[in-house]
Amino acid sequence: MGKQILLKNIDVPGLADFQVYRKLGGYTAVEKALKTLSPDQITEEVKKSGLKGRGGAGFPTGMKWSFIDKQSEKAKYLVCNYDESEPGTFKDRHIGKLNPHQLIEGMILGSYALGANTAYIYIRGELFYVLKILEKAIQEAYKNGFLGENILGTGYSLDLYCHPGAGAYICGEETALLESLEGKRGNPRIKPPFPAIVGLYGSPTVVNNVETIAALPWIVKNGYEAYAAIGIGNSKGTKLISACGHINKPGIYEIELGLPVEEFIYSDEYCGGIRNGNKLKAVVAGGSSVPILPASLILKTAAGEPRLMSYESLAEGGFQTGTMLGSGGFIVMDHTTCIVKNLLTFARFYRHESCGQCSPCREGTSWMEKILTRIENGQGTMKDIDLLVDIAKHVEGNTICPLGDAAAWPVASAIRHFREEFEEHVKLQKCPF
Amino acid sequence: MQDKNNIPEFNRETLDLVNQIIKRYPQGRQKSALLPVLHIAQSENSGWLSPEMMDYVASLLDIQPIEVYEVASFYSMYNLKPVGNCVIEVCQTGPCWLNGAEQILSHFETRLGIKPGETTPDGKFTLKTVECLAACGNAPVIQVGTEYHENLTPSKVDKLLEQWKSENKKSHTNPYL
Repeated sequence: MGKQILLKNIDVPGLADFQVYRKLGGYTAVEKALKTLSPDQITEEVKKSGLKGRGGAGFPTGMKWSFIDKQSEKAKYLVCNYDESEPGTFKDRHIGKLNPHQLIEGMILGSYALGANTAYIYIRGELFYVLKILEKAIQEAYKNGFLGENILGTGYSLDLYCHPGAGAYICGEETALLESLEGKRGNPRIKPPFPAIVGLYGSPTVVNNVETIAALPWIVKNGYEAYAAIGIGNSKGTKLISACGHINKPGIYEIELGLPVEEFIYSDEYCGGIRNGNKLKAVVAGGSSVPILPASLILKTAAGEPRLMSYESLAEGGFQTGTMLGSGGFIVMDHTTCIVKNLLTFARFYRHESCGQCSPCREGTSWMEKILTRIENGQGTMKDIDLLVDIAKHVEGNTICPLGDAAAWPVASAIRHFREEFEEHVKLQKCPF
Repeated sequence: MQDKNNIPEFNRETLDLVNQIIKRYPQGRQKSALLPVLHIAQSENSGWLSPEMMDYVASLLDIQPIEVYEVASFYSMYNLKPVGNCVIEVCQTGPCWLNGAEQILSHFETRLGIKPGETTPDGKFTLKTVECLAACGNAPVIQVGTEYHENLTPSKVDKLLEQWKSENKKSHTNPYL
């Protein structure tokens, strides 16, 4: 097992309790930051640590913070994106449920760095039971002087609140999330302006993923060098990988970035191999949106190098032969899996979750689901396969937010790597599985 | 014209909760409380949002009724039609499908004698399919109110149904309480 930053204490009984968390060194990063570091120093630490946004886009966190308009007279906001909804991704639920104070401590650090006096945790409505755990922990933090007026006598004040969503994947897109937090439909905004300039209530705002924020206490406590020393290339630190599908040990694993994919899938420390001794067929490595790869290309790059769990290595070869680390939602399929049917469930998901604002996405996701349904049911034609590729091409890059791309990439990549399986459905006029 | 008898009203305790939620947002931004308040309103109205209930929420937040309708119709957790006492939501997305979600759904269909979107004639159960519940490591997964039930098998489904029948399960409890 590599270095554990986020999950180190996750099995400690009662960790969600303030006293237990505190005894393990909890909130010492807040003490250090508020008493000895300036907000800009914290931003610098985070920049130099190389921490990237862990929600999927992988944008450098410190850089995102540095865009905030500090001169603005308006209030600044930090908003935690807890709208975890990307199929295959279930890591954030784990943090809030078992270690809520780690997230709260990170929220205090981030808010202090940004000059925010109010912060929100936007959590998907389905996870109300986690919201309640978080709210209880927030009350404890208030009671112990880590939230509220004049924290630790430093003059810095922060209010932190939870806000439930109500069932909409699109609200994981940061501007849709802000619309939703304002009590509106989750329609993404046109960017620019970016939230750092015009965000929540028109004020400078940063939106960060749960896992990103939960890494902050460790970085502040141990310094950026210690964090940047973990990982490989520009993939610094650790990443939570939520592994599911046809593996012996589904679950949430904290890996040091750079771990070989093969070790992750087959080692007993991680996924423990494929169920029933079956053969690996394909992997969706970073949540449903990223390109699917066949076994040969997920274990090794096209150039024959071992594929590593890192931003760069997974992307090696571009979309022709590579994929993305994304959210770390690692979906494994064995040789009994129908790629067309799996893709159909994704296509239905994106059709259901499209907000309907941009016509390429609203219409395209619906057509892709319809065509995949007829291919899966044995009523498709060879032309349908090319039509799918064509639709995906016209959705990609033609929408306000990345949901269009997220819907197009799985379709394009499944046909790129498993075209013969689509053709078999057409030839046999039924699903061969 | 609205029938005056149909106008809903929260009790004191619920109103206190609503006011406490409104205070979480800056002054003049009380519309931000719409999503949480709709969750509460739905739980107070047998699990669905009637036009009367939505109008009442609009009056509580001092916004136009249309601002409530357009939001309530956007988010999949809000029901705009009456539902049974116990709403069973079965995840159908990739990772759950890979682990037998179709078998779980068809088992519910057989045991309840209804299809997704339908309610049993006795009004006890509504069956729904939903998209990813973000619990893929424990697939297949269902949600009932604020509860998740994970790693489901047909025999686990049987046990749950038996339990819910005997306790007259209601899934629409106030999620904050």
